[in-house]
Amino acid sequence: MSIEILVYILGGLTVGSALMVVLSKHPIRSVMYLILTFFLISANYIMLNAQFVAIVNMMVYAGAIMVLFLFVLMLLNLSKENEPKSSLLVKIASALAGGSLLLVLVAAIKDIVVLQVAEKVTDNASGLVQNLGHLLFTKYVLPFEVSSILFIAAIVGAVLLAKRESQIIE
Amino acid sequence: MILATVFESGVSIQFYLILATVLFVIGALGVMTRRNSIILLMCIELMLNAANLLLVAFSSYFGKADGQIFVFFIMVVAAAEATVGLSILVMAYRNARTVDVGIFNKLKG
Repeated sequence: MSIEILVYILGGLTVGSALMVVLSKHPIRSVMYLILTFFLISANYIMLNAQFVAIVNMMVYAGAIMVLFLFVLMLLNLSKENEPKSSLLVKIASALAGGSLLLVLVAAIKDIVVLQVAEKVTDNASGLVQNLGHLLFTKYVLPFEVSSILFIAAIVGAVLLAKRESQIIE
Repeated sequence: MILATVFESGVSIQFYLILATVLFVIGALGVMTRRNSIILLMCIELMLNAANLLLVAFSSYFGKADGQIFVFFIMVVAAAEATVGLSILVMAYRNARTVDVGIFNKLKG
């Protein structure tokens, strides 16, 4: 019973901090709320017995990706004054569109029938690193190798794009 | 010690479906509302995380780890997307001195 309440509180906090990402005016504050959201999602993963994914989520998202965002924001030195604002019409239209998307999806989910688990899973160790590593290097070894090509392409693209043009010409 | 799953303590899978949907809609709302292109990228990360949450929830529900492997691949794609997207934005900022997404209208012929 207490775990159930904890899960609901975590879900509410996650939604609240995700809303603050969109609603807060200052970009740095948005980044901070997004880091909080990622930590709360990691807490949700721990509640779901996905311990390794929770730690990787914390390190990759809250550690690496958000530091990158924060670094770029501070490099560009944005402030609240030169924050671009969208018009009221765009805000109303996007609120309507988002609200109707939520309405349709929730109405579809309400009547969903999820298959019951066939056999009861006795050990809940599926989220531990031993099991995940075994699966990653046997069944999913090809996507794992292909993702390294994606990373090489991303590295080359990022270096090429972020270089100053005069240096490229020389 | 390995804890019992939350599903055994009475939380339904519908809760996670609704939670992931709400997070995804908040991300989509941010993409539509905000004009700061860095916050746009952040809202895309939020939508990817909503998908991750749903994958982990179903992986835990069925007791199979395959969904959690897919979360790793989504993280790989998100990291690659963030680096390339941010470098494009830095270059656009260097040329136009603004992070408004409206500058990309200039790409129209």
